[in-house]
Amino acid sequence: MSPFLSIDDVSRLFGPNLTTGEKIAAKLGSKVETRSVRAVSDVTLSVRKGETLGLVGESGCGKSTLGRLIAGILPPTTGSVTIDGKPVMEKGTKVTTRVQTVFQDPFASLDPRMKVGDTVAEGPIAHGLTTKGQSRDYVAGWFERVGLDPDWAVRYPHQFSGGQRQRIAIARALAMQPDVLICDEPVASLDVSIQAQIINLFLELTHDLELTCVFISHDLSVVQHVSDRVAVMYLGRIVELGPVNEVFGTPAHPYTSALFGSVPKLVLDADELVHFETIDGEVPSPLSPPSGCYYHPRCPLATELCSGQQPATQGVTELRAVACHHFEQQLAKSTA
Amino acid sequence: MKNASTPLGRFWAEFRENRVAVVALAVVVLLMLLALFAAFVSPQNPYDMANLSLMDSRRPPGFVGSGGYTHLLGTDPQGRDLLSAIFYGLRISIQIGLAAGIVSLSLGTTLGILAAYVGGRVETLIMRAVDLQLSFPAILLALVIVALLGQGKAQLIGALVAAQYAYFARTAYGAAKAERGKDYIEAALATPMSGRLVVLRHLLPNCTPPLIVVATVQIANSISLEATLSFLGLGLPVTEPSLGMLISNGFPYMMSGRYWISFYPGVALIILIVAINLVGDQIRDQFNPRLRK
Repeated sequence: MSPFLSIDDVSRLFGPNLTTGEKIAAKLGSKVETRSVRAVSDVTLSVRKGETLGLVGESGCGKSTLGRLIAGILPPTTGSVTIDGKPVMEKGTKVTTRVQTVFQDPFASLDPRMKVGDTVAEGPIAHGLTTKGQSRDYVAGWFERVGLDPDWAVRYPHQFSGGQRQRIAIARALAMQPDVLICDEPVASLDVSIQAQIINLFLELTHDLELTCVFISHDLSVVQHVSDRVAVMYLGRIVELGPVNEVFGTPAHPYTSALFGSVPKLVLDADELVHFETIDGEVPSPLSPPSGCYYHPRCPLATELCSGQQPATQGVTELRAVACHHFEQQLAKSTA
Repeated sequence: MKNASTPLGRFWAEFRENRVAVVALAVVVLLMLLALFAAFVSPQNPYDMANLSLMDSRRPPGFVGSGGYTHLLGTDPQGRDLLSAIFYGLRISIQIGLAAGIVSLSLGTTLGILAAYVGGRVETLIMRAVDLQLSFPAILLALVIVALLGQGKAQLIGALVAAQYAYFARTAYGAAKAERGKDYIEAALATPMSGRLVVLRHLLPNCTPPLIVVATVQIANSISLEATLSFLGLGLPVTEPSLGMLISNGFPYMMSGRYWISFYPGVALIILIVAINLVGDQIRDQFNPRLRK
């Protein structure tokens, strides 16, 4: 199948915003931070139509930034994102409505001074998907779709619970009739009991509306539940990519393996001892990433090769790819 | 409350709980009504020279003048009934205070939000100009401008705006800068929607609470600044006395026992300013979540 959403060699740098005074100070030798952070680095991904791609990684690994690049909220420094061959952004401006975002915190993503119905109707009216006169019925339709009472459209965000707000945020995204939905940790700020409801709603909607979806989360079980394929990110790079069950079952990258090892288990086998595999050390500063493979200072399989040379992304099977010099060794360990 | 769910409805419900503020608001409304209907409530038209008689000048409160009615608060050096002059003076003071407040609110808010939203050089340029201006005392700036532009209502309002827009610009800038980074702005921009629309529909409404607070305080300040300028003889022409000028007119007679000429306009001015500030304080407290119990 041909890729529908395609992310070609996308990188994003964040430079410090220096004032004129700071620039002069830096030139005169003062200790002003002038280095840039490479939040997302040479990411190439393609997502088929109707597929849900999970994006996992520790906080600060660039998964949210990648989500914003795909959603057209941030322009990439290099590379491009296209949907069905058409670019999402041109000259730093978003030029399509085909990709929409559901943000992490529904308490921050809804305008507190606007009635929620108006918030949902605003985009569709601006883009001619409905008219001012018909927007009430249009919004009511989407409210019902996400499981909200259409009469609530005249209320303000503070009158809703977190789960209800996230439903409103989902309605706002879907009312734009997108083909691609970016979900940036949509359940991370919700109670566990609400999380399940929102995830089920999400699964139902993506299936019914045939949405292509990028689901960003640090919660591995959520990703496993909703995704077809999963991409694991570390310090701005994709280290492993593949069908979710294969990647989760037999990780080919030591980082993926360690990520799963550090998830606490609720149910243990009869003779299983609790043994936590934590990842040694901290995530290195993205301002000065390590040489070679970014993961080598924390990697149990690291050799000299790893600190010298950055591993290229190579295919494991037809559907899987990994960026590791020793993935065969890791794969053997995972299968055992 | 008929609708306690709208932000305004909730605001009013909370406002009502503070009795002092409600009384102050009532006083402000009363003074505004008196000013608005000055022509109907005043015993005399103080602007009509034909009505005035020098025989009646500087008479104490309670004097029955040539017009045949009692001057409850006495008369001024031109023989004006002080009570009438105060009503008309209130009208001018409130007019100028409101006009200056509204114009500086619009100008300052536009500049502040522009600086916060656009950023970069525009931000530096606007905000440094504002900082520079804030380092001058407002009264000095207003004095210079009135001296340059000459006397008259428009010039006076211009001077007050020039002296005050910077406060609004600072406040709007601070609020807009904080709101700019929030997700709902990003969500609106990501729709995508034009920056202009996002500013008008989302950024501006969310910056209003602090601006309302500053606006109430600054209207009171404009009124007192205008009174100061008038007192110094740089305000409006003598034929249309504002409260400040009434105070100034009576000033030479303070020491000769004719206190009322300055005193009653002064009292009116103080009541007006204190009442506006009390209302402003309550609004500020309501918008400040840290003071909420």
